[in-house]
Amino acid sequence: MPKFADETDRKVSIILSKGTLDWATAAMVIGNAAVSEGIELHLFFTFYGLDAVLKKKMDHLKVTALANPAMHMPNVVVGLPGMTAMATAMMKKMMKKQNVPEHRDFIQMVADAGAHLHVCRMTFDMYGYTKDDLYEEVEDVLSASDFLDLAEGGQIIFI
Amino acid sequence: MATEVIAGREISVDDEGFMTDPSEWSEELAEALAKEIHIDTLTEDHWKAIRYLRADFEETGETATIRRVSTQAGLATKELYQLFPKKPAKKMAYISGLPKPTGCV
Repeated sequence: MPKFADETDRKVSIILSKGTLDWATAAMVIGNAAVSEGIELHLFFTFYGLDAVLKKKMDHLKVTALANPAMHMPNVVVGLPGMTAMATAMMKKMMKKQNVPEHRDFIQMVADAGAHLHVCRMTFDMYGYTKDDLYEEVEDVLSASDFLDLAEGGQIIFI
Repeated sequence: MATEVIAGREISVDDEGFMTDPSEWSEELAEALAKEIHIDTLTEDHWKAIRYLRADFEETGETATIRRVSTQAGLATKELYQLFPKKPAKKMAYISGLPKPTGCV
């Protein structure tokens, strides 16, 4: 039997705390890699990361060059109106070239592969969201301690 | 280079068991490879994926990822995970006699 055919009891939990397109994509890439290896995957959306699973926000995630030296642009320039939209458009173009799906397609693909999506209870209550605000694939709203119970024994990645 | 005997035929494989010479592959061999990873029957949908992977590899020289198969071959992500449980990307490539995919998405 080939080596990869073995069953695995591995588990990965990714905490997404950022609501920008670049970091949400990073979470999806790692998450997708995990599920396609047969690894149990939990995604926990907290603070700004909630935008990635809010029906009204998830299609409009943006990336900003502001306060990001790796974008190699002076802050005084990228702080001008319209620059975030431009940076987002550029990033989307680059990702498309690499066949990276749009965020909604990407998260749907990971969910279809069996990932478990959880939302942070505190953030959810703090902003006064209701279940109707959440993307349909979200399973539940969890406290931090319930999330840690789920993640026990696996790898935790914080983004 | 390692070799393995599957269905009475000697094939060249890498250290994970993936075939290294796509020309040694045949549809009959695919049935035997599938059994090696506990997929006992190849249905028409399995073949749809396998044929797409073979044709795409011939054209691009790369093994298609799950995303590529689901968008190009008309099989949804969920279906691929049902057809090739747990590790669809690697299982599809293995049965199709191709290297494991290198793409992330």
